[in-house]
Amino acid sequence: MSHGAKPLRRVPGATPALLARDIHAQLGHVPVLHGIDLELPGGRWTSVVGPNGAGKSTLLKVLAQLTPYDGEVTLFGQPLSDLPARDRARRMAWLGQNESSGDDLSVWDVAMLGRLPHQAWLAAPSAADLQAVEQALRATQAWDWRDRSLGQLSGGERQRVLLARALAVQADVLLMDEPLANLDPPHQSDWLGMVRHLVAQGCTVVSVLHEISFALHADEMVIVVQGRVVHQGPCNDPVTHRTLEQVFDQRIAIVPVAGQWVALARNE
Amino acid sequence: MNRLPDDTRQRSTRAPVVLAGTLVVGSGLLLLLGAGIGSTGFDSLLDARHDPVAVQIIRDIRAPRAIGAWLAGALLALAGAIAQGLFRNPLADPYLLGSASGASLGVAVALAAMGSSPQTTQWLSRLGLTSAAFVGATAAVFLTLALARGVHQTMRLLLAGVVVGVVLGALGSLIMMLRPEVMMSMQAFMLGSTGFVGWSACAVMAAAWLVCALIAAALSRVLDGLSLGEATAASLGLPLARMRIVLVATLALATGAAVAQTGLIAFVGLAAPHLVRSIVRTTHRWFLMLSSLMGGVLLLAADTLARWLIAPQELPVGVVTAVLGGGYLLWLMQRRGGMVGGS
Repeated sequence: MSHGAKPLRRVPGATPALLARDIHAQLGHVPVLHGIDLELPGGRWTSVVGPNGAGKSTLLKVLAQLTPYDGEVTLFGQPLSDLPARDRARRMAWLGQNESSGDDLSVWDVAMLGRLPHQAWLAAPSAADLQAVEQALRATQAWDWRDRSLGQLSGGERQRVLLARALAVQADVLLMDEPLANLDPPHQSDWLGMVRHLVAQGCTVVSVLHEISFALHADEMVIVVQGRVVHQGPCNDPVTHRTLEQVFDQRIAIVPVAGQWVALARNE
Repeated sequence: MNRLPDDTRQRSTRAPVVLAGTLVVGSGLLLLLGAGIGSTGFDSLLDARHDPVAVQIIRDIRAPRAIGAWLAGALLALAGAIAQGLFRNPLADPYLLGSASGASLGVAVALAAMGSSPQTTQWLSRLGLTSAAFVGATAAVFLTLALARGVHQTMRLLLAGVVVGVVLGALGSLIMMLRPEVMMSMQAFMLGSTGFVGWSACAVMAAAWLVCALIAAALSRVLDGLSLGEATAASLGLPLARMRIVLVATLALATGAAVAQTGLIAFVGLAAPHLVRSIVRTTHRWFLMLSSLMGGVLLLAADTLARWLIAPQELPVGVVTAVLGGGYLLWLMQRRGGMVGGS
């Protein structure tokens, strides 16, 4: 591919929530990320896209400090390696992809686990915990089945509960890997609304999405190819669209439909 | 909006409380029954109190045996429940980290060294075998940890446990082949028996149970977090590495304490947590305690049956637990249509 790394672009007026410098990481013994530099604006929604195996999930795990890496990541200017795990967990929530889920736990118990970083060891849930859990379960419309165990739910229902778990943390930064997996269209649309609401409240959202049309709803887009960031820019910027088309070998076309940018598959 | 309907929390804790109460009452009744059953069949405790010999038999033999059986079952089931949570595998059992074959090897070595001559007083050999089993079980777990280079990778840990189990098991068999005279005693150990449990053994197991149960209760939320996956648990700020070490140590202590006193009793550690799960689905705080109580009830019931069924002879309790536990797991497999282990 011909496109080289573009210089990072500062978003005027926004504090970088997450800053990554020269990140190298590997899965097993295979290098996956080759020197990633990234600046993610605070209070914005950034979507990370790229072909399969580009290293998007690994990048998200590096930001969440869930996998070993070389390089430095800072959260609002503070090096994350210095931050105690519990403090980090309060400020940054993570929703993983294809993680096993505790079938025996009730929906309520799962959402309450999101409050762990806020709770003293062995302490009973506080009023704030109860409120956060209820709010999260209502936001994902999982409140009605709060007493059911996770094992009794469908894939999409389960995903909404896991999302509620991440929301219950009430963190400043929310990292989500394929959050729309298994969701039906109404709940995908609810998810978009929810993210918009969170961002309006000042939350920073970073999501890995393979569905380009959904990713284009974000404020910013980071395009990762073979372990390198090849482009970062606003989702409504034609340069971003052209880069996307190029990255996907011109097999997609970014077109406006009903006031939205949509990725269409090209037949040839 | 920010007030919970009051029945919500009550509903989800009622079932565990009822089950816990049932298991405690059941344990009490079984202890009374166990104390009353001997080689002559069932004697009422009320009749026995006028007969000093009967009182002595109950006090020195049947009571510690019944309590010991309960404690061993409670320890094994607690270890099983911890193992299933820690390895996120419903088929994990307390012997997973090689402790069973380590304990057998320890006993084989001790038997071969001491010789199984009738001159050795039984008490001395019991003490020697108990320590040998405990040392063997603990050493095997440490060997597993060393091979797995720590507790960080579940898969490595499981594989290392299998390797240690196979190799130590082979060494144990080798000793049995070279010294055929230890074979009888080894077989008794490998089948498991509560026949030799006295008050000192009860005290050791009770102390171990108390320590393990407290640690398990304190770390129950870690296991809840782990059930959502390792990355999610880590993202919640849980210090997984440290807690895994503590949980593995607890697992080894509970298993070692039970195995050293009663030999390798099969299936209790696997079946008790499954039985609890089929009755009530709850958080680990309840699950660990309920599994432990269930294990106590199961082993005590099996021990009572083992003494009663063909009295005045008795069956090895390990045979009873294997038949009952195996039968139960088979039934579970049938009922779930082959879904056991498929989370």
